[in-house]
Amino acid sequence: MLTKRVIPCLDVRNGRVTKGVKFKNNVDLGDPVEMAVAYSDGGADELVFYDITASAERRPIDIGMVEAVAKAIRIPFAVGGGISSVGDMERVILAGAEKISVNSLAVRNPDIIADGAKAFGAQCIVLGMDPVKSGKTASGYEITTRGFREFTGMDAVEWAKRAVDLGAGEIVVNSVDADGTREGFELDITRLIAEAVDVPVVASGGAGKPEHLVTVFEKAKADAAIVAGMIHSGDYTISEIKAAMHAVGIPTRMSW
Amino acid sequence: MTAIIDYKAGNLTSVKLAFAALGAETVVTSDPKVIAAADRVVFPGVGAAKSAMENLRALGLVEPVKEAAATKPFLGICLGMQILFDHSEEDGGVDCLGIIPGHVRRFPTVSGFKVPEIGWNGVTGNGVTGNKEFYFVHSYYAEIVPETVGVTEYAGVKFTAMVKKGRLWACQFHPEKSGRIGLELLKEWLSC
Repeated sequence: MLTKRVIPCLDVRNGRVTKGVKFKNNVDLGDPVEMAVAYSDGGADELVFYDITASAERRPIDIGMVEAVAKAIRIPFAVGGGISSVGDMERVILAGAEKISVNSLAVRNPDIIADGAKAFGAQCIVLGMDPVKSGKTASGYEITTRGFREFTGMDAVEWAKRAVDLGAGEIVVNSVDADGTREGFELDITRLIAEAVDVPVVASGGAGKPEHLVTVFEKAKADAAIVAGMIHSGDYTISEIKAAMHAVGIPTRMSW
Repeated sequence: MTAIIDYKAGNLTSVKLAFAALGAETVVTSDPKVIAAADRVVFPGVGAAKSAMENLRALGLVEPVKEAAATKPFLGICLGMQILFDHSEEDGGVDCLGIIPGHVRRFPTVSGFKVPEIGWNGVTGNGVTGNKEFYFVHSYYAEIVPETVGVTEYAGVKFTAMVKKGRLWACQFHPEKSGRIGLELLKEWLSC
């Protein structure tokens, strides 16, 4: 049976993994390659790296880091942030990443999704979105960009559908309201998107304990879930998260 | 020397890196002479069957690939497995290499199952050790045939995860991205 994926997220700033709440108060957590190896050995099903400051500072992505990670681990990983063209996507893919995540760029230039899917296949193109609760859109969720700094007026569900029509192969739904709180995923928006599109949906933002993953898989139809602070802090291991999922019958990859 | 065939069907970095992790020397090539001289041949591939077959023909690689598959240790991966079969439904139907008799079909539309299948799924059968998960990314599947040694189930369909025909091995999943278990399979192939 296809298993539900547990995906550690590593926010990288100046070559170091950091973690902050709502993009603020960033703390140094370690070396991205060492952490990638540790999480891969610890049972991660996939990894995602965000060059969190790349968009805001308009810096290109760190290809050397992508190559070093690709050399060190044998599980799929996605890279986001700092990508501004199909050429950038190609460099990331040739460096060994499995997927590219586009977020603010796709809002500014939706055609990048179609161009990327045409060049590398839809399975390589992930749409990351940062929805926030809002009274201004039909679904009740509005898309923000550039690290929650800008509100777009775009409806989250409509944007997800459009991105899939353009060729996005997967959608990461990162709730602005839940991000960094460790109080659980935002179930409503995750389920709304999962029911609206026919590509896998990755829940993101708010994971604080293993039960939160159990809930998002059981109640919100997520195909995968992103974890960050709860494992970076050492409070939980991926094994503990997976044991909790397995215990309640969620299909989980238990040997690695 | 292990030749990794480059026929413009996807990125070969992960395959190269996985063999490098095992200490195996590889060369990425689309030169029939290099393929003929290689001890082992890896035939990867992602993307669509029709353009893959067109690329193989344009590069003059159809016969060299058939020759290699018949005479030396050969490993097809993902699309590189599918186009070993007779025919694929992809893009309105395309005749493939016909090295393994059988058909490749699209997953049916079934509620609750997203296509492509992306992620880790279990493989059962005597071709792999135990019921372990490997990493899959695909919208089409090969039917079960006498050469099938590993079976996986998705969207209500049981399909070929792995085939073996002598020293010709091929898998739908990506051993190069399937962690330690995937590396073990590549290691086993390197000594077949």
